[in-house]
Amino acid sequence: MSLATGKSAFLEGLISGVPFLFVAGPFAFLFGVVAVETGLDIPQSVGMSLVVIAGAAQFTAVQLLSEAASIWVAMAAALAVNLRMAMYSASLQPHLGSAPLWQRVIVSYLNFDISYALGIAHFDERPERPVNQKVAYFLGTIALTAPFWVIGTLIGAAVGGALPDNALIDFAMPILFLAIVGPMLKTLAHLAAAVSSAFAAMLLFWLPTGIGLLIAAAIAMAVGAEIERRRGR
Amino acid sequence: MSHSATEIWAIIAVLGVGTFLIRFSFLGLVGARRMPDWLLRHLRYTPVAVLPGLVAPLVAWPDAAGGDTDPVRLAAALATLAVAFWRKNVLWGALAGATTLEALNWMF
Repeated sequence: MSLATGKSAFLEGLISGVPFLFVAGPFAFLFGVVAVETGLDIPQSVGMSLVVIAGAAQFTAVQLLSEAASIWVAMAAALAVNLRMAMYSASLQPHLGSAPLWQRVIVSYLNFDISYALGIAHFDERPERPVNQKVAYFLGTIALTAPFWVIGTLIGAAVGGALPDNALIDFAMPILFLAIVGPMLKTLAHLAAAVSSAFAAMLLFWLPTGIGLLIAAAIAMAVGAEIERRRGR
Repeated sequence: MSHSATEIWAIIAVLGVGTFLIRFSFLGLVGARRMPDWLLRHLRYTPVAVLPGLVAPLVAWPDAAGGDTDPVRLAAALATLAVAFWRKNVLWGALAGATTLEALNWMF
């Protein structure tokens, strides 16, 4: 590989990740505010963002702590929220599994909804890219968002206060993820999987956080795979 | 809050290690080996099986709208999906969604 191609793949990833800064920044700020209100101090709030580095799970843990849940309940619930990332890990394996161990460690630490969604969308478009470029692209997608996440938490925890009540901020995340899903609906199998996922997740929304999504995802994967098996790709 | 500093740091450490192990699982342990075809066939649908389920409840019952279905957000979500699908382009989709959201918010 030439260094230049690795670098340009990283840059491509970096650019594709820019819109998510508008999501991660306010979200991180909000986490800092909520964490401090719950009773975490500033090092604990920032430490959590740095070590756990998973937005929804962190909110879940802090929310349960604020309700005086036992630490076991808070830990179990937050980990359940993150279980979908095992599916992400498995889905990235065919693309990134042959990378050196240290790179897979870094990719794993930075495997979020954002980097996974941008990364897998790109790898499915360009499966022929060499693994080092795929790793570079993946790390590029998150190279700005990850520091934003930690620094945003610090600012929120230190400054406190509230976010302006703007519909665009709270709805930016759903819009960006739907925009990623749109081009992925290439076949009937993909479309059916996406529709099953959405409906099953809403039907199972009453289950503890994260569990409903997990079941919905398993159903949707089975739907997609079964249609593919019957019709061919 | 009724939790000690030690308990909080313990939670952070356990969540950090646990989350990493979840993320590392297949990528770390399977490595470069080829997984069976039936599993790969399921995994091909991971993004379209997880992401719609992740956002569907947020679209249907947004907290910012008091948890009730909000026609403006619903329209913005549909516009995003339709344009992203039609143009096969993430940014056009996001732009269509954001514009729809802001325009309808401004009108109503």
